[in-house]
Amino acid sequence: MTSRRATRTSRSTRLPRTSWATVGLAALALAASSCSFVGADDEDAAPIEEGSGPVVLLTHNDFALPDEVVAAFEDESGYTLDIRPTDGVGNLVNLVSEQAGKPSGDVVFGVDNTFASRVLGAGALTSYDGELPAGVATYALPGDDDGTLVPVDNGNVCVNVDDAWFAKKKIAPPVTLDDLTDPAYAGLLAVPSAASSSPGLAFLLATIAEYGDDWPSYWEDLVANDAEIVAGWSEAYFGEFTQGGSGGTKPIVVSYDSSPAFTTDKKQTATTTSALLDTCYQQVEYAAALDGAANPAGAQALLDFMVGPEVQAALPESMYVFPVVEGTELPTAWASFAPRPETSYDVDPAAIEANREDWLVEWTDVISR
Amino acid sequence: MRRTASLIALAALPLGVLAVFFVLPVTGMLGRGLWPDGSFDPGALLDVLARPRVGRVVWFTVWTSSAATVVAVVLGLPAAYVLHRLDFPLRGAVRSALLVPFVLPTVVVGVAFRQLLREGGPLGFLGLDGTPLAILAGLVFFNVAVVIRTVGATWEGLDRRPAEAAAALGATPRQVFTTVTLPALRPSIVAAASVVFLFCATAFGVVLILGGVRYASVETEIYLLTTVLYDLQGAAALSIVQLVAVVGLLVVAARVRRVPDPTVQRATPRPLRPRRSDAPQLAATAVLLGLLALPIGALVGQSLRDDGRWSLVHYRNLTTTGGDGALVVPVTTALRNSLQTALDATWIALLLGLLVAIVLTRRSRSATERRVRGLLDGFFMLPLGVSAVTLGFGFLVTLGREPLDLRTWPLLVPVAQALVALPLVVRTLVPVLAGIDDRQRQAAASLGAGPLRAALTVDVPIVLRPLVAAAGFAFAVSLGEFGATSFLSRADHPTMPVVIFRLLGRPGEGNYGMALAASVVLAATTALVILAVERLRVPAVGAW
Repeated sequence: MTSRRATRTSRSTRLPRTSWATVGLAALALAASSCSFVGADDEDAAPIEEGSGPVVLLTHNDFALPDEVVAAFEDESGYTLDIRPTDGVGNLVNLVSEQAGKPSGDVVFGVDNTFASRVLGAGALTSYDGELPAGVATYALPGDDDGTLVPVDNGNVCVNVDDAWFAKKKIAPPVTLDDLTDPAYAGLLAVPSAASSSPGLAFLLATIAEYGDDWPSYWEDLVANDAEIVAGWSEAYFGEFTQGGSGGTKPIVVSYDSSPAFTTDKKQTATTTSALLDTCYQQVEYAAALDGAANPAGAQALLDFMVGPEVQAALPESMYVFPVVEGTELPTAWASFAPRPETSYDVDPAAIEANREDWLVEWTDVISR
Repeated sequence: MRRTASLIALAALPLGVLAVFFVLPVTGMLGRGLWPDGSFDPGALLDVLARPRVGRVVWFTVWTSSAATVVAVVLGLPAAYVLHRLDFPLRGAVRSALLVPFVLPTVVVGVAFRQLLREGGPLGFLGLDGTPLAILAGLVFFNVAVVIRTVGATWEGLDRRPAEAAAALGATPRQVFTTVTLPALRPSIVAAASVVFLFCATAFGVVLILGGVRYASVETEIYLLTTVLYDLQGAAALSIVQLVAVVGLLVVAARVRRVPDPTVQRATPRPLRPRRSDAPQLAATAVLLGLLALPIGALVGQSLRDDGRWSLVHYRNLTTTGGDGALVVPVTTALRNSLQTALDATWIALLLGLLVAIVLTRRSRSATERRVRGLLDGFFMLPLGVSAVTLGFGFLVTLGREPLDLRTWPLLVPVAQALVALPLVVRTLVPVLAGIDDRQRQAAASLGAGPLRAALTVDVPIVLRPLVAAAGFAFAVSLGEFGATSFLSRADHPTMPVVIFRLLGRPGEGNYGMALAASVVLAATTALVILAVERLRVPAVGAW
């Protein structure tokens, strides 16, 4: 089919008259088709009646919910859910900030606590009218006094170790961040880059929370202890980690507190890895209604639903994160093999926003030396 | 007057598409950097350029891309000869397999490379791990097929007789190559080299993954500035550097490519059986194929392992949504989405590419006309020289809402992918179309053939093969495209690279194995589809 189409065009160019006609038609067809699609969206301008029409959710590529859960929202509320994913948290946050007041959606989901100040500062959001279920308020962003950002899920970035490897070598695994610079663990750690990955940035923030202004010298020690720094989480976990499945050689890796639930044996009776619970940095993902949205009522309904029981129960298996609502049941492997840290490192969101660039420039300098 | 009008008419569609889907998003992004608070601020731009880091980054990009281009051309030429001029069993299969690197996700290839290169790996003794040489190897791996296919498409249609005449007159094989063959191939070699350079200069994943994050290129720097630091001024400054460099490169390439008489003698000769004198080329090709096959072999092997045993379990899982429901749709559905998208992207790229190629190769009658054509030529190459982040984020902010809301337009992703493939299509077709002797058409006309008949007899048989080659490129580029797609993907309609990326974002051996199996299936599908297309014998060709 393609070659026939192309042949016709090449032939017609030898005939100026037909070429005019062909090109004209093609241009018209394209213009017509794009016009119709542009036209279809003009209804956005008209106010949407409560309980009908689309709710547009801006999110990142990791967003996923089972079809049944989406269907449940649409049945209960009467709205249709239009999910528009884009590339990663950073770009999502930038898009929302860039479009402050004139958003291309109604709700944003996926802003995390390392980027939240940027969105708040841009004035792109409007507050949530509903009641937060039990337990959710503990995850609220420090500094978000109006309750604009609705916590939806959370997880911790923690150092993971291959217990089987350490048992076999008869070495005690590390416990703290300090241990990682111990020569006994030289050449055993893989870290995703803070400049190109979100868990990498979280781990850098954990070290900043622990060592304050001395963090560069900690990283110098890490590098001197032959830590392997790779592009992203996939490269670290799958490429370098001894339990990643591709013959990696590093038994210590920066990953999540949920990761040990995925290294169980087939019957899920035991796991071969564990997260070091003294090395964790908490990541919380938020949803929020966008200021100036076409469907504000739909936005509030979607926010209600995001902290509702269906979404909360689906979070572990579809997005690999923990729910925020108290009493939500976890999958068996998670409940047994993914213990949560009692405390985790934390850096003030406003400080992150103010210093991100300086920290990353300095970090890049330290690891390039 | 009339000629100019018809030229404009032919160029209108490609120009319009490029204006909406390239110029608008990119100027939107540059505008945000140059007019940060509504006022023009070029001083800030200069400040950015004065940062010492910028110089380092630019220099690293230039030298790695140049070196990778040279290596790709040197390794690609013998293979182009062997795969397009000689006849041997499985030639078609090898040719289609060469496009496999185009569709493999960078992460998967990166991990395969590291398995080979790291200490204790099969190639660990080379000590390449984490060095710029590893980046170079990666760039060549992904791009050598461009040289083989672009140059091969021209070489395939080259008349054998001038070379034979030279040989009969006593020229050594080397003299024949340098005085007869090479000049005829020069336009397509330069075309291939400029495309490879642009691909290398805007490579993102390869540099990050194989460089061990210690090296930064212009592309990784723009990503960091845009996505993580939200420093749109810095990003705009670097994008402008990128654009200026690309334009400069294109001007040089156009000059080098220009030959006094682009007309090539064509007889579409039958490929020959390999002779003893072809041994060096055959050996070089075998080595190249071996090098390309190593990482792919490692990947295939890995996809067949489960719990330390050989198993097809990862392939069986492809019909599911992953171990714990990692995916919204099964991988098989994603494959169907990918094929549909690629089909659309291919016809769009071919339609636009053919129009552009025709506009560029019609003989100019005046200096102005020639200059206009030269400008257009460069313009259609630009999408390759612009950062995927700039373009992707530009799409979102300019085409995502009124007055131009194309975010839910079903052809948005195919059009974006077609733009990435367009320069490859144009560069494959232009040398061939330019090589058609206009006197052949005149002869046909004087023998009484109408314009239609003349085109069918003269142009179509020559253009058909390169067109199939270009279609293969476009198809493969679309199947593997992730940069633009990741910004614009539709939640209910994920493509294979998007699904593989999701699987690679989850712990668990099952998910990793499934990602590998999905990559292998994507690669195999690509090779098979391209093989089938290339085997199509359009009856018309033989008849005329």
